[in-house]
Amino acid sequence: MQDPPFITRRHLLGGSLALLGAAASGCAIPVGLGSSQTRVKYWHFLGASDGIIMNRMVGAFAQDNPGIFIEENVLAWGEPYYTKIAMAGAGGRSPDVATFHLARLAGIGAGELLDPINLDLLAEVGLQPSDFSPPIWERAHYKGTLYAVPFDAHPMVQYYNTDLCEQAGLLGPDGKLQPTTGQDQLLDQLRKAKQVLGGKPPLVFDALGLGTVGPWRVWYSLYPQSGGTLLSEDGSQVTIDDQKALDALRFMRRLGEEGLCDPTTDYGASVAKFTNSEAAFLWNGDWEVTGLKERGTPFSMGRFPSVFGSGAAQADCHVFVLPHQRDRDPEVERATYQFIAYLVKNSADWAVAGHVPSYLPALQEPDYLALQPQSEYRSVITDVALDPQVWYTGSASRLWIEFGGAFSPVISGERTPEEGLAAAKAALNRLMSAPNPFPAEER
Amino acid sequence: MTTTVAAPATTSPAEKAQVKRSWTQHGLLFVIPFLLIYVAFLVWPTLLGLRMSFTDVNIAGSNDRFVGFANYAEAFADPRMWRSLWNTLVFTVLSTVPLVILGLALALLVHHLRFMQWLWRLSFFGPFLLPSAVVSIRWLQMIYPPEYGLLNGTLGTDILWLGDPSLAMWSVVLTTVWWTVGFNFLLYLAALQSIPQHLYEAASIDGASAWDKLRSITLPMLGRTTALIIVLQLLASLKVFDQIYLMTGGGPEDATRPIIEYAYDVGFTGYRIGYASAVSYILFVLIVIVSLAQLRLFRKRAEVSS
Repeated sequence: MQDPPFITRRHLLGGSLALLGAAASGCAIPVGLGSSQTRVKYWHFLGASDGIIMNRMVGAFAQDNPGIFIEENVLAWGEPYYTKIAMAGAGGRSPDVATFHLARLAGIGAGELLDPINLDLLAEVGLQPSDFSPPIWERAHYKGTLYAVPFDAHPMVQYYNTDLCEQAGLLGPDGKLQPTTGQDQLLDQLRKAKQVLGGKPPLVFDALGLGTVGPWRVWYSLYPQSGGTLLSEDGSQVTIDDQKALDALRFMRRLGEEGLCDPTTDYGASVAKFTNSEAAFLWNGDWEVTGLKERGTPFSMGRFPSVFGSGAAQADCHVFVLPHQRDRDPEVERATYQFIAYLVKNSADWAVAGHVPSYLPALQEPDYLALQPQSEYRSVITDVALDPQVWYTGSASRLWIEFGGAFSPVISGERTPEEGLAAAKAALNRLMSAPNPFPAEER
Repeated sequence: MTTTVAAPATTSPAEKAQVKRSWTQHGLLFVIPFLLIYVAFLVWPTLLGLRMSFTDVNIAGSNDRFVGFANYAEAFADPRMWRSLWNTLVFTVLSTVPLVILGLALALLVHHLRFMQWLWRLSFFGPFLLPSAVVSIRWLQMIYPPEYGLLNGTLGTDILWLGDPSLAMWSVVLTTVWWTVGFNFLLYLAALQSIPQHLYEAASIDGASAWDKLRSITLPMLGRTTALIIVLQLLASLKVFDQIYLMTGGGPEDATRPIIEYAYDVGFTGYRIGYASAVSYILFVLIVIVSLAQLRLFRKRAEVSS
């Protein structure tokens, strides 16, 4: 015989309610919040070494400002991040500040899901428009209103293995890679490196894979060098110059055909091969620098090679935005601007991650200039090839993925450059005819 | 509800009882809490969604202008919508068949195993208790990875389980079957245990073999359960989203994107709530058709059996 358990229905109901209450209040009060602190909620997508450095900067800010508590939330990069920001902004109870990609600004409905930046408050914390790289500051506006505070630019760069390049006789007397101009010099350099590697492809980049954007990044570094553009200023006309676009694509195919680049590496494999000195060159964004240093690869970095004229390189920029809030607490708002100003003014610390500060005073700081190899490619900040300012562009956008998918088979030879360009143009036309969720004028 | 007027003090006991009975018969007061929640969280959003599907509203709630059937016209001309609808149908067929047959097979097995029944029950039903995120991440990161995954390691193969467009859907189905077959198994097991034992005894006396008993007693007695399981399974499979979103994100090359993910993509990631609502209503109509067809089928069967 067993006694029935001594729990009445009322006990159970009461107990569950108490538990629910405890759970709800547990959600509302984050650990570490002192009662007198102002809480600033900050969302970002910075992972790996970027994330570690950002976390350190947030910690340093907290030490200098004991009255402010920064609640740092790291979310998954890419589409899921922009989905969450939009949802938070739509609800009007969003984080106080968020990291964002500049090229995404035109697509998020600035003014509806994002709140404008208050220039007076920005001046109060010591930031002036003239402090920022002019083309980037310009792009931080949408319909004439400032919606973003620029933080950095992260251009395509060229990583090179110093040991392998030395063996191939490619380094100058200063130990740096001898810069190349035009197709022939670059091909010559790659052929020499190929010999040292025993015939293995000397160059790797993200060339293949699901949703790969690497081929887009390479193409949009090469093509703008000859002055090529994608869209007219207002985004209404395709302005692709077929000849220039095909020149860039044929060059990419030539790299694959001659075995100078490896068309079968996806993002991870390209970084792994360069890390293990199985390739002499890596074309990638500037953010791999910390990881490569940690893993002890003998490497340095320089600007993306100039092949078709200028030294342009595909880039996007990290910026800070204020997702829309229905009621912004003035005290929290002030603390938010303080926090943004702290991060921007300490851009030299951030540059350790590889990114080029868009805050111009930071570019002159001895701390930054001493960073090797992160300061080697700083001059690119005036040559960045940013996405056209239309709603379907930006990091991890449909445009990048469509163009990446169109050009990936060109490198491996499964598709001719002409077919690749036709596929890209068809995708661009599809994107242009798709309805903009935030039309410029109410129709 | 007209009988709920306050009864005068002179009411006879008989009348009082009558008032009480009809009051509890309606029971409206008791279901009001449920009805309020049902209306607020199901009926109202459903109607709101229908209205949204005729507008171009975005995620910020602006651009809310009436566009008539433009969203539906766009959806019917949208190859990615058709592709995702097709994927949902393929998944439904590929998953429902093994989920029903395997559920029955496992139930028969456990029903006839005479030792450690609790262990078999637990093993087959256990996975069903796991949340979708746990299941998806376990398969994504431990079983399917091409280089170090359990599956390729065991088979000694080099297969891109989730990366090959022609295989990805099968892999998703395999995971889903492992995860959810336990529910059908449990329903079948309960049904098996409620088949009266004397039928089998009588059959044994008549000299029926095990196969005869299965074919002529067990399967017919399970008919209603099978019908129920098929309905539940079809509806569950048509609503597939979690495991695909978590394991493949709809890829590779859109080979696994179900229609619900497409609605999510165009609505929450693409910010076009109006268009997403139209896509959702296309699925809604499909589910209503399946349910109606099922109802008709049931009614016919019930008439035949009576």
